[in-house]
Amino acid sequence: MSTLLEIEGLSVTLPAGGEQRQVIHDVSLAIGEGEAHGLVGESGSGKSMTARSIMRLLPPGAEVQGAVRFDGTDVNSLDRGALRRFRGNDVAMIFQDPRSHTNPVRTIGDFMTEALCRNRGMGKRDALKRAAELLEEVFVDDPERRLTQYPDELSGGLLQRVMISAALAVEPRLIIADEPTTALDVTNQAEVMAILDELRRERGLAMLFITHDLDLAAAVCDHTSVMYAGFVVESQASERLHDRPRHPYSAALSHARPSIDRTLDRLPAVPGRPLSAFEAPSGCAFADRCPFKQTRCVEEAPALRELDGAMVRCHRAEELAETLAGSFQEDLSGHT
Amino acid sequence: MATPEPTSAVRVEGLRKVFQSRGRGGKDVVAVDDVSFDLAKGGSLAVVGESGSGKTTLARMVLGLEHPTSGRILLAGTDRTEQPRTSAARRERAREIQIVFQDPYRSLDPRQSAVRCIEEVLRVHGMGNADERRARIAELMDVVGLDDRQARALPKALSGGQRQRVAIARALALKPDVLVLDEAVAALDVSIQAQMLNLLADVRRQTGVTYLLISHDLAVVRQVTEDMIVMQRGRVVERGRSADILDRPQDAYTRLLRDSVPRPGWKPVRRSTPTMEVTG
Repeated sequence: MSTLLEIEGLSVTLPAGGEQRQVIHDVSLAIGEGEAHGLVGESGSGKSMTARSIMRLLPPGAEVQGAVRFDGTDVNSLDRGALRRFRGNDVAMIFQDPRSHTNPVRTIGDFMTEALCRNRGMGKRDALKRAAELLEEVFVDDPERRLTQYPDELSGGLLQRVMISAALAVEPRLIIADEPTTALDVTNQAEVMAILDELRRERGLAMLFITHDLDLAAAVCDHTSVMYAGFVVESQASERLHDRPRHPYSAALSHARPSIDRTLDRLPAVPGRPLSAFEAPSGCAFADRCPFKQTRCVEEAPALRELDGAMVRCHRAEELAETLAGSFQEDLSGHT
Repeated sequence: MATPEPTSAVRVEGLRKVFQSRGRGGKDVVAVDDVSFDLAKGGSLAVVGESGSGKTTLARMVLGLEHPTSGRILLAGTDRTEQPRTSAARRERAREIQIVFQDPYRSLDPRQSAVRCIEEVLRVHGMGNADERRARIAELMDVVGLDDRQARALPKALSGGQRQRVAIARALALKPDVLVLDEAVAALDVSIQAQMLNLLADVRRQTGVTYLLISHDLAVVRQVTEDMIVMQRGRVVERGRSADILDRPQDAYTRLLRDSVPRPGWKPVRRSTPTMEVTG
């Protein structure tokens, strides 16, 4: 499998209050052709900013270090024309709230055919015909009628399916999906994820899937990276991440969610709140909330390193392996 | 009709709400259709459903914010079907039942700290003198785990989790019998949500308050409640102990809800089928 997207040592700062504030710290990740990669984290972890960096959609004044390579070419070196082609043809983005990414006074047909006419040079009639076919592929009933409707006539789940089919219309090689189902009901979430997963596999598309839900990422992604305070703290195969988390934060995140299968007397909740990158202390960013903190963790920032096929950013990863995989719960509740 | 048990905190009988269509030729919408339940004092009941199930309309009727088309609402055995019309009646209802909303960023007055906001609530309701109110505020801040600096900070200086603590403290200020938790932890980060779920359990243990949880999140429902009803298109399709229903859902819709929850080993399953079959 050859690498399609490679992010290497990416750091981003944004201007705020007269200074440059760190939003991403030294992020590296690679996505192969046809591979799905999950990017999981809480508010302020930098997951959406990482996605925006790939598309070069950062706010004005952003300072970027490191490289984002798509199919071997550095995205940051593209001129305007090449950038437009990259955004228009190679990568498609799907957002959390489809309603805020559609124009309420234009029809679904206008929305879906715009890219086909502009980027593909299709005529309006052909584009409408193609749009109807695309809607059928995402199992939308009566596609011809849908094309004449306005966004507010469609339910959230249906509109998100329209967004997916519009995103795939230009036949991109990479999909960036930023919390695409967070605003949907669970049954619609399952439906939209199933369709996205099916189409992606059929076409061999790579995907960067951004979510706060570790279990959802595990279900649809081959590989998952966990971000905290602008850092990737862990990255490994999704199934292994659940059974053998290597970083105390990933383990905490996975145990903090209540379960549908059992009632706990108390949830193992880590104290404190998730930090933004610029608030992170100079040692390990998670140290203040970590039940396994030692002096070294506060004094020295850990590097991202390999351990048994996983990448982890924790000084104590080796010695904590068994604890994090198994009896984490008691260890943690003993600390709170 | 039998006299309701004195231990009942919220009892609704045959509750129905029809929203009349405003346009010509439109159809009336039956948002809530013949819903009954009895929630005991100190208990915790979840109303589960997706958008359009009627769960929010049901909660608004129980709170007195919406008038039922038919049916009855009793709070602590007293008929509260009629919406409160005078400010005295509204204040009386506020001492019986309070709500915590989903979005901690929009449910607080941006110009008021927790201390000022709760002081106002207590004062309007004529609760104690200035010293007694101060003591009550300190007690509430202790219950929800906010320190003195956070209690005096404006909402914009607080995190989402801290704001939700303020909202819970405000809702508890008048010692209501019932708290309606309207998706109260849905907008929070996972690690903050866990803290809040533990806090809700502590608060119930300490104060004996009754919870009516409105939620679509089955894992949260299992953690917070003993009993649940499942609503679909305004009607109750299943009711019982939360753990039993989640372990052995009987109704097809409940099963679908449960099967849609991502968990280890879960794969999303598509229900819709291709619309145009190619025939030979």
